Amino acid sequence: MNLKHVTGLLCAAAMSLAFGSGADAQDKVVKIGVILPMSGGTASIGAHAKAALEVATDIINNAHPELGNLPLAKNAGLAGLGGAKIEVVIADNQGNPATGQNQALRLITEEKVAAVFGAYQSGITLTSSAIAEKYGVPYLNSESVAANLTERGFKWFFRTTPIATDFARIYVDFLADIKAQGAKTDSVALVHDNTEYGSSVANTIAGAFKEKGNAIALDVAYPVNATDVQGQVLQLKDKKPDVVIMISYTSDAILFAKTMQSLDYKPAVLLADDAGYSDPSFTKAVGKISQGVFNRSSWVVGPSGSPSAIIADLYKKKSGEEMDDTVARQMQGFFVLADAIDRAGSTEPARIQAALKATDLKPEQLIIGYKGVKFDDKGQNILASGAIIQLQDGENYVSVWPKANAEKAPVLPYKGW
Amino acid sequence: MSFVLVQVIVGGLLLGAVYALFSSGLTLVWGMMNIVNFAHGDFVMLGMYVAYVVYTLMGGGPLLGAPLATLVLATVGVVVYFALIRDIMKGPMLAQILGTFGLALLLRYSVFWWFGANFLSMPPNIVGGTYAFAGLRIEASRLLAGGVALLVTLGLHLLLTRTSLGSKMLAVAEDQTAAQLMGIRPDTMQAIAWGIAAGATGLAGALIANFFYIVPTVGETLGIVAFVTVSLGGFGSVPGALVAGLLIGVIESLSGYLIGAVYKDIVVYVLFLLFLWFRPQGLMGKT
Repeated sequence: MNLKHVTGLLCAAAMSLAFGSGADAQDKVVKIGVILPMSGGTASIGAHAKAALEVATDIINNAHPELGNLPLAKNAGLAGLGGAKIEVVIADNQGNPATGQNQALRLITEEKVAAVFGAYQSGITLTSSAIAEKYGVPYLNSESVAANLTERGFKWFFRTTPIATDFARIYVDFLADIKAQGAKTDSVALVHDNTEYGSSVANTIAGAFKEKGNAIALDVAYPVNATDVQGQVLQLKDKKPDVVIMISYTSDAILFAKTMQSLDYKPAVLLADDAGYSDPSFTKAVGKISQGVFNRSSWVVGPSGSPSAIIADLYKKKSGEEMDDTVARQMQGFFVLADAIDRAGSTEPARIQAALKATDLKPEQLIIGYKGVKFDDKGQNILASGAIIQLQDGENYVSVWPKANAEKAPVLPYKGW
Repeated sequence: MSFVLVQVIVGGLLLGAVYALFSSGLTLVWGMMNIVNFAHGDFVMLGMYVAYVVYTLMGGGPLLGAPLATLVLATVGVVVYFALIRDIMKGPMLAQILGTFGLALLLRYSVFWWFGANFLSMPPNIVGGTYAFAGLRIEASRLLAGGVALLVTLGLHLLLTRTSLGSKMLAVAEDQTAAQLMGIRPDTMQAIAWGIAAGATGLAGALIANFFYIVPTVGETLGIVAFVTVSLGGFGSVPGALVAGLLIGVIESLSGYLIGAVYKDIVVYVLFLLFLWFRPQGLMGKT
């Protein structure tokens, strides 16, 4: 533990050196503080998000008329602030809620950022947004799905992503649908880590199934960044649930895939709750032994030349990776925040907060498949939505549900390797 | 039912053997020089990356990757000794701790910078798949790691107890000045100890890479286990690390399966602390 704390201090120092300087020369700059896991077990997510935000900043700060209706793309900079440029100040949360909180404090008091954006892990969004709330600085979250984040009565917290309750409903409906087509989906097991994300999402999903009179048959909790998951896989193998829902970050998701193969365990339906399973390094590392896994997503690439295709292309050039659901949601959230600052015409926190509250974006103004962006009193986007995707032949997900915008039909049962 | 239990125990033993394998290098350095090498987990990580590079660049499997990782890490160990350890050993305890800690971060972030933060993985079944007999499933890659763990432990133990090199190393560990008076160069002995320790660690990394994910921060996850294994086994005792590793592996597996994975670390650490309470020198450590 001590080790981690000292790492924390050293990294924080290094980060502030790396990102703290260089902005003074320009006068018209809007600083946005970004908290991300740049080190620790989920550092791959941070690296991808950084590339995504670089693409987003490029789109905002330079003219991109080819992106059509996307707000802020047409002209260079923020028109509402006389063409001011956006500057991203990245802080490393190290996968640690306490570090995330310190970074929020530093960004607000030292860097004087106009707004905070982050922090990937629900548990860190929880702690860091409390600081923003205390200081009265807008905080936009684009990817943490723990339901309670918007149940705290916060005034400065806004969230664009669909949340656990939305997805729990999607999972229930999806499983009912494939059951109608003959799949066996009666007993459902949840496998989740013990972080804020893992336990709260598991809770929400369990609640949604219980409401439908189908209580969760088996709940397998494990400590995050596990060194070994044989015991958990054997528990599943022993109890034989029809459906296994995985709520895991990348490292554990990879370990589970490998262990399932070595112990020859395949449930009829393997359904993943985004996170690790959407990380391109997951599909690269173990995609070949995870064929047929279902996952959730709000990201669907349009035909070539469409804004989403252009953005996916820009992102691939920047990062070398295919755009995935997580980075797409992050990029979308960042655009929403920048759009609000633009409409506020000021970096004053209260004006940005008011502009966020007044946000009303239509589907055609988005890069992602939400029905729009509009916040309720709790700061939750009420128009967020998502779909089910499946890993079919190789390393790419295809959308399979709902039928209306599915590229392919779902393939059952889970094939594995 | 009891059948699953057998699988759990076998899995725990194999896991424990791996713990023992990547702890033996740490116990050697700790016992020889009283230095806590915080970069130990990152040595394991380097070994994994060497194996990965050997596989991606040369298409070589563990037969090539493991010896190469041993060699590369042994070199790294010797270099680290002369460049860093020799000097910080003269400093205060805190300098020693922070010195190897800084080394850990340097290694971790160098790999970060070079390979990126993405998770990498060796192709499945790079070591002959999984053996299934009587319903038991044993992964060849874990069996290989377990077997090598036994060999390495035996080898290191024989080296320290049966060879003149081992006696010299122990003499330096016991009393540097006295050893020097007997014509033994502490510098050389300690450099050799670092080379052997780092080499064994690199070997461990290369073998673990066959069934674990590879990422720059993997040393964080594995490092802690190594420290616990070494303190349970007894500082400086190579056979102790083996027994401790096996013990921790089985306890972890059993408690993870029977009580639940989120409690398994509690069980392991409560037993660990209780044990140290009664026997602070560890299983096979000297008082």
